[in-house]
Amino acid sequence: MATPFSTQLVNLLAAFLLLLAFAMLAQRRVLTLIKMFAWQGAALAASTLIVAWSTGQHHLYFSAALTLALKVIFIPWALHRLIDRLNVRWDIETLINIPATMLIGIGLVIFAFALATPIAQMASTLTRSTLGIALAVVLLSFLMMIVRRKAVPQVIGFLSMENGLFFAATSATYGMPLVVELGIALDVLVGTFIFGIFFFHIREQFDSLDIRHMEKLKED
Amino acid sequence: MNLSPLAGSLACVAAWLAIGALSLLPGRDAGFARRFAFPLGALTGLALAAFGLESAWAPVEQATLPLGLPDLPFHLRLDGLAGFFLTLLGAVSAGVTLYANGYFRGETRARLTLIAFEYHVFLASMALVILADDAYLFMVAWETMALSSYFLVTTDHRLPAIRSAGFLYLLIAHLGAIAILLCFGVMHGGQGDYTFNALRTAELTPFWATGAFLLAFFGFGAKAGMIPLHAWLPEAHPAAPTPVSALMSGIMLKTAIYGMVRVIYDLIGGVRWEWGILVLAIGAGTTLFGVLYALVQHDLKRLLAYHSVENIGIILLGLGMSMVFLGFGQTEAAALGLIAALYHTLNHAVFKALLFLGAGSILHSRGLRDLNDMGGLIRTMPVTAFYFLVGALAISALPPLNGFVSEWLTFQTALQAPLLEHGVVRTLLPLFAATLALAGALTAMCFVKVYGVAFLGQVRTPRHPAHAPAAGAGQDCGGAERIGMAWLAAGCFVLGLFPVSFLLILNRICVALLGGGLPESALESNWLWLVPTSAGQASYSPLIFLAVIVAVTGLAFLLVRRFYHGRVRYAPPWDCGYPEQTARMQDTADAFGQPIRHVFGPLYLMTRHLPAPEDPAPRYSLKIEDRHWRLLYLPVARLTEFISGKIGLLQRGRISIYLLYSFLTLIALLVFVR
Repeated sequence: MATPFSTQLVNLLAAFLLLLAFAMLAQRRVLTLIKMFAWQGAALAASTLIVAWSTGQHHLYFSAALTLALKVIFIPWALHRLIDRLNVRWDIETLINIPATMLIGIGLVIFAFALATPIAQMASTLTRSTLGIALAVVLLSFLMMIVRRKAVPQVIGFLSMENGLFFAATSATYGMPLVVELGIALDVLVGTFIFGIFFFHIREQFDSLDIRHMEKLKED
Repeated sequence: MNLSPLAGSLACVAAWLAIGALSLLPGRDAGFARRFAFPLGALTGLALAAFGLESAWAPVEQATLPLGLPDLPFHLRLDGLAGFFLTLLGAVSAGVTLYANGYFRGETRARLTLIAFEYHVFLASMALVILADDAYLFMVAWETMALSSYFLVTTDHRLPAIRSAGFLYLLIAHLGAIAILLCFGVMHGGQGDYTFNALRTAELTPFWATGAFLLAFFGFGAKAGMIPLHAWLPEAHPAAPTPVSALMSGIMLKTAIYGMVRVIYDLIGGVRWEWGILVLAIGAGTTLFGVLYALVQHDLKRLLAYHSVENIGIILLGLGMSMVFLGFGQTEAAALGLIAALYHTLNHAVFKALLFLGAGSILHSRGLRDLNDMGGLIRTMPVTAFYFLVGALAISALPPLNGFVSEWLTFQTALQAPLLEHGVVRTLLPLFAATLALAGALTAMCFVKVYGVAFLGQVRTPRHPAHAPAAGAGQDCGGAERIGMAWLAAGCFVLGLFPVSFLLILNRICVALLGGGLPESALESNWLWLVPTSAGQASYSPLIFLAVIVAVTGLAFLLVRRFYHGRVRYAPPWDCGYPEQTARMQDTADAFGQPIRHVFGPLYLMTRHLPAPEDPAPRYSLKIEDRHWRLLYLPVARLTEFISGKIGLLQRGRISIYLLYSFLTLIALLVFVR
């Protein structure tokens, strides 16, 4: 059975997403990390566009446009500005060394696929095989949030997790209802702003964005 | 204008809420709250009592209010039982609110507005608890009641002792509320419909019915103050301003009794006699515990609080007997027990509110709450002394006042024990009645102590200078307070002298709840004779009793005046070597309780300091603690603290760790759900 061309394209983009997630996990520089995040958004927008075109789900065009505007253009730009203003172009520090992180990441991917296979068999969408990848992206981004020590990469991990979720929604059910998507987009936007403000406050308080300093806030 | 009872009661609730809201209006010197809020609130209470009384003869009414959440409206229902409790709430609150009008007059503006607001919200929420016909409205009103009363208790929140009393109250109130919530959950059995109608028709297996009963019993018991969940009561009642203590003790505890009757008899249904035995055992324990601890108190309000515990025990004894009889299918005796319990509920509300108001008058005018500092108050406060005496006689269950009638009915229920087939239960019932008799005698002793120490004898000088009465203090209570207390004292007389009309109302409730009421022979009781079962067995006529008392007293008075008067010889008494008698030679409150402390010693946890013989400035001090603290509360508190400490280890202060927690949870859930 020949797989339709559009499905092959989506699978390709999915593989690209997963690759980027691993690359982000391994990346040591903040600026490159933001660039990768933008690329991830672009891949997501492209895959959504293809799904929209091949299935005729019109609301997915909106989603794709929204993804493009927010995650490829606006948020990377805002993060760039933030880094310039805060002057935090330093290398990223991690809690666990990068090879070990990668190994854990591989384990997570295997877990995600093991989990997604039975679900994917139930789904009838033409993108169902990408569900495992979407789940893997979510888990990898989560892992990135855990192992990073500085606040900015953590936020990028959070945003990238949202990308994974979005991709999961598209691949499993052709996207969430438009209202929900709009709501999530707005949440991400507001979240970015709030994170931005918090960065300034954290730095003002501790003269650093290293979240280790926040351990002082613990109640004894 | 012709309002149906339910519409009228709702209007009263709305009026109370409106009065509360209006009291918050900013104004010069809180004019509304000071002048109009409480009198209007009292009028509303009277109206509510009238509507409640009217509903006793009206058919059951139901209504749905389009308030609350979407698709989840408030259901209301007014039947005989709810009407009875509304009457109790309205009538007692009318007296207390009138009194509060005078009592709170001296408050500052900020405090007064808040008190008036919380006070009326408290009243309205209690009325809604009684009117509720679904679990949702019931819980909303129940929690509103708990919160508004919490804020009233902590009116003087600047004192740490009062804050901790309030905390204890809130804690136990919430434990109770959780149990009640779970009870509703057990009863509804997964249909998703929480109206009482649905709960009534739900079929429960005996196991789940017993579970629901236990949850309801302990949930409502926590609010009612039965052991071992009574600990908040002796702390919260003295902490609250007096009218609030009167409301809490008089009415709020009764909403818990209402909840018990409503849930156990009406909603769960199919009462089993084993449940009744549990209620009886806890009721008997509560009765004895309450009165024994009351006897050794010297703080007047705390003493009254322990008596509330005792009276809740008496009500539980009535309820328990009724449940035992019902479990064995003896509907007539069960109806008698329920009537006794409900009538005692009403009576206790009236006389306990009166007693608290009396204690409040002493506190207000003399600044005294320690019995050891009082004495001879009858000379400076004759009006308060008279009303307090009425209350004291009523609570001591002396005829012809109201306390006697309900306790007598409880005894009559116990005397129906031969109707039971189960031998052990048949012998147990008189034992519980004996507990009640002992408690009754001890109560009388306790009030002899209170009245003798506080009102009679010589004036004592307070031992602590801080307790010395302020200049210009010592007057009797004002006009508003007098009217409030007179209303409640009149209630004691009316309920004591004309019990039969109330009995007939209560009988209608029993017919509705149990499917059967008192036997025909009992319904022949007329305005003069109260006959609980049949004229051959027992009957009581309060009016004749009163006539005999009046006649004998009058005769004695006349004889004394006629034959003895004028022959009084004034001479220096034989002074036994004591040249004078000072106030320090009188029995103190602590001294009065000494024999009881001695006899029931193992029940108390006493720390006593006896002065050494050669001590030039001897001081005797005595501290009595509740054994429940050491045996139950502190271990539970320590366990909670230990567990919280362990859980506190989770808090590492590192975001990575927190993220790891969510991550692991996510993975675990994904694995589990698969």
